[in-house]
Formats: sequence, structure tokens, C-alpha cells
Amino acid sequence: MKLSGWGRYPVLEARLGAPRDLDALGEHVRAGAAIARGNGRSYGDSAVSPDNTVHMRHFHHMLAFDPTTGQLVAEAGVLLADVIAAFLPRGWFPAVTPGTKFVTLGGMIAADVHGKNHHRDGSFASCVDWIDLMDATGRLHRCSRDENAELFGWTLGGMGLTGIILRAAIRLRPVETGWIRQTTKSAPSLEAAMAALEASDEATYSVAWIDCLGTGAQLGRSLVMLGEHATRQELSGPQAANPFAMGPRRRLSVPVDAPAALLNGLTVRAFNALYYWKGTRGAGTRLVGWDGYFYPLDGILGWNRIYGRRGFVQFQCALPPDTAEAGLRALLRTTSQAGAGSFLAVLKRFGTADGPGQFSFPMPGYTLALDFPVRAGTERLMDRLDAITLEHDGRFYLAKDARMSARTLEQSDPRTAIFRAGRARMGMRPAFASAQSERLDL
Amino acid sequence: MTRKTALILGARSDIALAVAREFAAAGWDLQLAAREAGRLADDRADLELRHGIAVSLHDFDALAIEGHTAFVAGLPVLPDLVVCAVGFMGDQTASEGDPAAAVLVMRSNFEGPASILAVLGNAFEARGSGTLVGISSVAGERGRAVNYIYGSAKAGFTAFLSGLRNRLAKKGVHVVTVLPGFVATHMTEGMDLPARLTARPEEVATAIRSAVERRRDVIHVRRIWRFVMLVIRAIPERVFKTMRI
Repeated sequence: MKLSGWGRYPVLEARLGAPRDLDALGEHVRAGAAIARGNGRSYGDSAVSPDNTVHMRHFHHMLAFDPTTGQLVAEAGVLLADVIAAFLPRGWFPAVTPGTKFVTLGGMIAADVHGKNHHRDGSFASCVDWIDLMDATGRLHRCSRDENAELFGWTLGGMGLTGIILRAAIRLRPVETGWIRQTTKSAPSLEAAMAALEASDEATYSVAWIDCLGTGAQLGRSLVMLGEHATRQELSGPQAANPFAMGPRRRLSVPVDAPAALLNGLTVRAFNALYYWKGTRGAGTRLVGWDGYFYPLDGILGWNRIYGRRGFVQFQCALPPDTAEAGLRALLRTTSQAGAGSFLAVLKRFGTADGPGQFSFPMPGYTLALDFPVRAGTERLMDRLDAITLEHDGRFYLAKDARMSARTLEQSDPRTAIFRAGRARMGMRPAFASAQSERLDL
Repeated sequence: MTRKTALILGARSDIALAVAREFAAAGWDLQLAAREAGRLADDRADLELRHGIAVSLHDFDALAIEGHTAFVAGLPVLPDLVVCAVGFMGDQTASEGDPAAAVLVMRSNFEGPASILAVLGNAFEARGSGTLVGISSVAGERGRAVNYIYGSAKAGFTAFLSGLRNRLAKKGVHVVTVLPGFVATHMTEGMDLPARLTARPEEVATAIRSAVERRRDVIHVRRIWRFVMLVIRAIPERVFKTMRI
């Protein structure tokens, strides 16, 4: 059947199995070239193996919860949305969350996702206590910081290429309410945005949304958004009586593919201008619900269709502190000159936390995420952005990648060769493989 | 208010587990009954964790009819609701050639489910309350060449449910007959089913809860099946036997 990632590019013909129990899972794994697939929210071809894609939907059980530590043990196919639905009413929230709640536990571990609190709390790895991993022979290994520590380290951020993540123990954080106290500041330039993020190190959550079509003096103009979990004292009226309840959220959906022509420089410019204007007017502090704050795009079901039938690609890199400003400036200028436009341009300052993930994406500095519809010229633009990233000692986020070359990855990240050699040594290559790992020679 | 309890028979099936999740989300305690019920341990943990309800597991064999009375007597509480999802499609070709295979399909879809619901129906009648839900099939609405062994057993079960409903209606006990149509489950995995006619197990579960709450008698899951079956039943046998349907 045809499979793709969230970006709907590339679309590949793949054999897909959905084992129902451990024995069947073991059989699938022993067939070779296996990759686990969760909810298909990585953007490119990370969760597609043409020969042997293993859907984890039947491994969706929550197994245990310890209310004294906030530790949840669950199978890899459990959705983050389900974790929130079950535990937020009891006063617990994910310690680290990516920008969508429609991801599985296994997917979050494999990509070692990060959230708006990376500068303080590190990546998802920081809240993972242990993982049960199935090897190429079908045997299970408990991996943690103390037990099979090497395997644990390579599995966090290992893109599913070290084995099948079957179960994990993750820690949730206690919260008093489901509300976030959001502070929005407008920053008229990239420099101002970076200064605002640096100055907000104390904030639990911080992120900047960039109007990536700003040029000249307005290059990098942004809305910097900070957030804190609201306490009970901050609520009043019906909210205070029921601090975890949210009103029903209005759902929009994109039922059909937008014609590609709809998304052109003009519409993106209009959208960005409007968003910026709205943000500037709404600058200041207010309470917002957790869903709208952490998962704004989840409210628009099927938003990936807005880019049309040919799909879209994401670009996300991280740049070290010394070269970040020059690198970001070059990336934004190139994007803006190409007039390619990106609805979403997100800038985030990464912290220095040294997590256990040996192949994790985050590193101290800044990360920039952009997306582009697939059309003539996109590939050339992406190549340009790759080159700029390399010139500034940056690295790339594999969960977003759909088209990078093996050479680019190798140049960007000295860990690549170590990961490849380790996979071969530990019998993971070619037992576990995705279209992405083949392309990137991992 | 004390919580209500639902007993789910044949609890390892995809439809049964979807029904379990549906009622757990609505705050019902659950009794999950199946062969090798211990294999439902992960499902029990999951349902209890997500929904803060109590789940008990019970070994139950629909074909071991002699044990049905003792099974019901041994339940920790007599449930408020029973959903019977016991069923076995078998292989039509095998059933045609081998009487033992055919009898197994008939017993699994009619004798076993009817027996356990008879015992539970009597207990509900004595108490004067309760709801019994039997998952039957549109296959029981007309004998078709491709699945009449299964269909005939489901026809028997549908008639049983109808009779039980009419007997117990005067005693405060309600009976729901569910005719799901095609459902995308383990049982139908790999079959080439038309998408518009094929429900997800969650749709079946939602329809069942709605039918229980609204005290409906006979439900289809996807409405289109009412029209499909209207047409299929209307075709004269003289014509039907010449068709490949």
C-alpha cells in the first residue's frame, strides 16, 4: 500500500503489517528491514520501510501509573493525546511535549522530540526512565541509564533504527490547572527576537513565531510567546471550580487538498501579516487553554492538506550559539528572497541540558523550523538552506527530513559515522531500516 | 451514586474491546469474560488507568453450556448490562464439507450465546431490571450461498433475541439486537470490504451505548445497511438463487 509521512512527500509503496501480540511482532521483526510506525507524524520517510513497515497500533495499552512519582508505564502505540486525556484531570501533564498531541510514545522517543521548555528541561529523553526494546531476534531488553545504557542512549533519537520500542516508563509533571499564562511580546527584528528569548530563560515555555517574509530591517520580526502553568489562585469563576476542564474547542478541518496555487507568496504574506498584527494587538498576558497553547495546529484536522496534493517538506536545523544569528539571518534572507513562504516559521532557543540521547537532534543554540509546499524550485531552495546550515556548523532534525543527502548528514554531524558503525556492530543494520535510513546510509 | 456494571462476553474480540472502552469512558465498571481471560490483563490495566473504573476478568467458554449457570452465579455482582460479542465466522467451504465444522459455527453463534443470555435473562427477570445486548448479524436476514452456515446460526440468534425481548419487556428487562454489517476487525482482516458499508469497531460501540441509553430494540450501525437489507430481502427467491450475491 502507499505510505507517507505527515508531509505527504515522498509517497512510497510499502508492505505494512500490524501485529497483535509479541509473538507476531517478533515474526515481523525477524523478516528483516523492519521499521516501527506509530501515528505517522514524522514528516518524511522515517517511518516507512518499503519491505517491512510495522504498525504499532495494537500496542496501545497504558499499563501502570505511580501517583507518587508521576511515572507512567505504557506501550509504544499510546497517543500523547490519550495520556493527556487520562491524566490531566488528575493533575498531570507531559513533562515534555512536541507541537502535536497526535504522536505516539514510541515516536516521541525515537525522534527524541523537544518542546517549548527545552531551554530548561531538555528533550523528551529527560523524562524517559526506561524503554523495553525488541532486538532483531525478537528478544526484549530493558534499557535505562543504568541498564543497557548504551542501547538506551542510541535509542533516544535513534529514529527507530536500534530496534522496536515496545514499552516505556515516562514521567509526567504535576500541574494545578489546565491553563497556561501566556505572555506575548512583539519583536521587530531577528536581533530583538533572540534578545527576548535570551532574556526569558526563566520562563518555563518560550518560542518565537517568525514572520518569515519580513525583509530588510523587518527580517526576522517575530512574536515571542512565553508560558507558565497557571496556578489555582490565578483562576476565577467557573474555571476555578473546574481547573482542568476546557470548553469544547472548535474544530476546523481541511477536507480536501487545497489547489497548490492557493498557497502563493501573496496568501502567505497576507496570513503572516494578519497573524503578526493580531499578535501585536494581543500582546500582553492572558490565560489560554492547554490545547490551544501547545497544539494550535491540532485544532485544524488535516492541516497538512493545505499544501496541496504534492505535499510539503519541512526544514528544521539547529545552530550553535556563536553562529546562530548569522546563520538564521542567512536562512531567513534566502527563504524570503525565494518568495517561497512558510506558514509556519518557528524559532526556539535550545538549552544546554545534556540528555542521555546519543543521536538526539537538540544542541545548545537555536533551532529554526520552516515548511514549504513541494513544487518546482523547492528542492533547490532546500539545498541552499542545507548549505547555509553546514556553513554555520548546524545540524538537521531527522523527524522532519524527507530529502536530505547522506553526504549532507555526514558533514553536519560527526555522530553519524559512530551511529552507523554501532548499528552494524550491534546487529541492527540491516535488520532495522527505513526509507530514510537507506537514503542517509545510516 | 453507585457505578453501573457491564458484563462483556467474548471480550477478546475487537468489537468487544471497543464496547469496553466506550462504557469505561462513560464510567461503568466492567466484567470482561472470555476464554483465556488472563490474556486481557493489559486491557484491564489500560481501562482502569484511563478511566478510573474497576475491571474484573472471568474465564468463560460460550460452548461449555453446562457451566453457564455456575458462571452467572459466580460473578461478583449481577451486572446491569450484558453485551454478548461471542461469535465465530468459520470457513464456509469447510462448513459445507465437514458437518463438525458447520456445527461448531452454529453452536458458537447461536447455541452458546443463546444459552448464556437465557441464564442472564432469567436472573434479570428475577431482579426486574437490566439490559441484554446481543450482537447478531445482517447475515441472518437472508441465507446467502457464500455464508449460510454462519448466517443460519445468526438468524437463529436474532429470532432468539426477538423472542426474549418480547417475553422480558413486561418484566422491566430490555433486549437490544445489533446487526452491525461489515466491521473492520481481526475477523475480517484481509477481506476486501466496501468502505462505505464497513464500520470501525468504535462506531459499533458508540451505536450500542446509544441503543442502550435510548432503549432501542434493533439497530444497524451504519444506516445504509437498512436499505441494503431492504433490497436484499425484497428480491424474490426465484431470482435470488440465480444471482451471485
